[in-house]
Amino acid sequence: MTVQGAKLGLDPAMVRAARDLARIAGQPIVDMARSHSTVSVERAVLRLAGLDGADEGGMPWVNRVVDAVRETTGLEHGVALPAWDALVSGGYPSLSALARDAAAGAVKFRVPEGADAAAARAAAHAALAQGFAAIDARRAQREAMLKQTSDPPKPWIYLIVATGDIYEDIPQAQAAAREGADIIAVIRSTGQSLLDYVPEGATREGFAGTYATRENFRLMRAALDETSRELGRYVRLTNYASGLCMPEIAALAGLERLDMMLNDCMYGIIFRDINPRRTFIDQRFSRQIHARAGIIINTGEDNYLTTADAVDAAHTVVVSQLLNEFFATEAGLADWQLGLGHAFEINPEIPDSFVLELAHAQLVRELFPDAPLKYMPPTKHMTGNVFGGYLLDAFFNLAGVMTDQSILLIGMMTEGIHTPFLSDRDLALENVRYVARAAGRLGENFRPPAGGFVQQRAQQVLAEAVDLLRRIGADGLLNAIGDGTFGITRRPADAGRGLDGVFERAEGYYNPASEFLEGGQR
Amino acid sequence: MSAVPAQAGDMTSPVIRPYGDTTGDGRVQVSFTLPVPFGTEHERAVAEGAALQLAAKMGLEPAMVVHAKGMGQAFTFFIVYGRSSHLVDLSEVTVAEREFPVLPAAEINLRIRSGLGRELVVLGACTGTDAHTVGIDAILNVKGHAGEKGLEYYREMRVVNLGAQVDVTYLVARAAAEHADAVLVSQVVTQRDAHLAGARALADAFSTGMSGGGAAGGERRGRPLLVVGGPRFDPTMATELGVDKIFGRGTTPREVASYLVHALTPEPATAGAGT
Repeated sequence: MTVQGAKLGLDPAMVRAARDLARIAGQPIVDMARSHSTVSVERAVLRLAGLDGADEGGMPWVNRVVDAVRETTGLEHGVALPAWDALVSGGYPSLSALARDAAAGAVKFRVPEGADAAAARAAAHAALAQGFAAIDARRAQREAMLKQTSDPPKPWIYLIVATGDIYEDIPQAQAAAREGADIIAVIRSTGQSLLDYVPEGATREGFAGTYATRENFRLMRAALDETSRELGRYVRLTNYASGLCMPEIAALAGLERLDMMLNDCMYGIIFRDINPRRTFIDQRFSRQIHARAGIIINTGEDNYLTTADAVDAAHTVVVSQLLNEFFATEAGLADWQLGLGHAFEINPEIPDSFVLELAHAQLVRELFPDAPLKYMPPTKHMTGNVFGGYLLDAFFNLAGVMTDQSILLIGMMTEGIHTPFLSDRDLALENVRYVARAAGRLGENFRPPAGGFVQQRAQQVLAEAVDLLRRIGADGLLNAIGDGTFGITRRPADAGRGLDGVFERAEGYYNPASEFLEGGQR
Repeated sequence: MSAVPAQAGDMTSPVIRPYGDTTGDGRVQVSFTLPVPFGTEHERAVAEGAALQLAAKMGLEPAMVVHAKGMGQAFTFFIVYGRSSHLVDLSEVTVAEREFPVLPAAEINLRIRSGLGRELVVLGACTGTDAHTVGIDAILNVKGHAGEKGLEYYREMRVVNLGAQVDVTYLVARAAAEHADAVLVSQVVTQRDAHLAGARALADAFSTGMSGGGAAGGERRGRPLLVVGGPRFDPTMATELGVDKIFGRGTTPREVASYLVHALTPEPATAGAGT
C-alpha cells in the first residue's frame, strides 16, 4: 500500500481482506449487469450516435425509437440491430428522420440476420465511432484547457448553484468561480432522477434546482471556459449521472465536457426507490462512459450519514466506498477518477466528536490514497443558528485540511434555511481560505499516537466494515439491500421504479457502444 | 407558589424593545447585501451611505456599518448595528394555532409504537392523469424535502408508493389489500380544476368502494384517512371535497407525519397506560 504517511497503524492484511470481500460481494452484480440491459442504456447508445431532440410533446426521439422497437420486435437484441437495419434498408438520411417515422408507427422493425445483420452492425459501429471520437476530442480539449489555464491545487473548493434557471445559474457560477470556487455543481431539479427521459433544451424553471439537459450542460461549460481563461485557472463543472437516465446523462456529460459527475452505486436504490437491478446495470454502463471521457465520479456515501447516526453507521460508509471502488474499477475507471464521498455529520454534542471525525476522515484517506476524496460538510446538525453553523463549518474545513481531503464541498452557515445567498457563499469561502492558510501544515504534524483514541477508532471502523462485507458476501448484495442493510430502507430486487425497463440480453444481443467501452477495462 | 404581582414595574410591561446590553437600548444586528460596487473610495462611501439609508428605513437609527466587503465587481456585503425605533407590544402578539403539534421523528415513531402497537401503513399515489410525482415523492421518499426525510424514513411506518397515474378504483383495492391506515394523494395539475375533480373522485371511490365509513378515533377505520396535497389546494376545503385533510404548498414530510399520528393514534396521555 502506498499510504500517504500512514498514521493509523492499519493492518495491511485487513485492508486486503476488505477489498477481497468487496469483490466477492460485487462480482455477481457485475455478472448480472453484463447479461442484462435497460431502456436507458439503449437510449444512451442512440444519443452517442448523435440522436438529439424531442417531439412536439417534449418526449426525446431516443425514447420514441426505443419504445417503438420495444413494442414491435422487442429490445432483447438491443436497439442497435433493429434501428440501424431500418435505417439502412429504409434509406433514411439520419437517425432523426428514422425517429420521426418510428414515432408515427411507420417503421417495421425487425431483428436482421445474416448479411443484413452485418450491414446494420457496420452502420451502427460507424455511427458510434463518431460519437466516441467526439467524446475523445472533448477529453483532449479538457487537457488542453488545463495546460492553457492551470489545474488548481487540492483541496478543490466545490460550490453549488441551484436557481432553477440556467440563465441565473451562469452569472452565479461565474461569480463563485471568481471568488475562489474550483468546481461548480449545478443541482438538478427535485425529482429529475425519477423522470424516465432527459428533458431538452435550455430550461428556466425547476424545483429547487435546474434540469440536467444537454443544452444546459453546453451553456454552463462555455461560460465556465470563459471564466477559466479570465482567471487562468480551470473551473470544473459537475452534474448528476443518477436516477433513471444515468447512462444517457453520462453520455451527454462526455459529449459536453463535464468534468465530474455524481454517480453512486446505491444512492438511487436507497433514497429514490429505483429498482436495484436497473441501478446496477445503468451504473456500469455510465461508469464505462465516464472512464472513457476522463470524468471524475463522485459517490454519495455522505447520504447514509444523513439518515443514520454518523458514529454507529461509520462502517457502512467504508463498505459502500469499497463497493463503489470495485464497481468503478471493473468499469474501467482509474483511481484518480474515484471521488469517493464521506461527510462530517457527527453530532457536535458528543464528546470528542471532532476527534472521531478526524479518525474517520483519515481512515478513508489511508484506505484510498490515490482517490480524489470528496468530503461533505455538516448538514444534519446545522440548527439555524448561523453563528454556530459557521463555527462547525470551520471545524469541517480543519478536518478536511488536516486529513488531506481532495474535494471540499463548502458548507453554508445557512444550510437548511434557504438556497445560499451570495453573501453566504462569500463568507463560506472566507472561512475555508482562513483555515487553509492558518492550518495547511497541520496535517504533516498530525501524528496520532500508536494505540491512542484516533488509531483505535479507525481500526474499529475498519473491522466493523470487514464484518459487514463478510455478511453481505454471504447473503448476496441484492439480498442485503432488500433487507435494509444500507440507509434504513428495505429495497427488494424485484421492486422499485424502472424495473419494467430492465431486460435480459438475448443470444446475439448487440450493443455497438460496448465495442468501444469494454476495451477500456483494466 | 405565590402569585405574580400584577404590578412589577417595567419588567412586566407588555411593551418591549430589543435588548443589547442595557434594558431598552433597542440594539439589533442585521446583515445584508446591496448590488453596489465597493472599489474606489467614492464607491465605498456611496455603498456605506446606501447601507445606512436602508437601515434607517428599517427603523434602525442611529446605525453603524461595522463591516463592509465587496463581493465581485457589483455587490457589497454589510453588517450593521443600530437602535431599533420600533416597539414590540406583547399584548398584540397573535399565535397561529395548529390543530396538531409538529413532532420530532423519534416521537412520531414512539406514538405509533405505543398508540397502534403495529406499523402505520401509508399508501401514496398521484391519481388520474397526473404524472407529476414530485410532490408525493418529496413527502414519501427517504430523500425527503426541505431538509426533512420523507415518510419512508420513519421506522414505524410502512410506505407503499404507487407512483403516477394511478386509477382510483385500483387505489381503493390496494388500500384494502395493504390495510392502509392513510392514503396520500398528490394532485399537481390544475387545468380546469383537475385537482379538485381528482380529490372528489378519490373521496367518492372510497365512500362507495369500502364499507363502514366515518372516523372512529384511534381505532382501525372502515376507510383509511384520506389526505390530499398539492401546490394549488386551499387547505380549508377538506370537508367540501370529502377528504380528511388537505395540505398546500410548502408542506414538509414531518408535518404530514405529525398529522397522521394526531389523526390515527390516541393522545399520549391516554396511551401511556396501555400495553
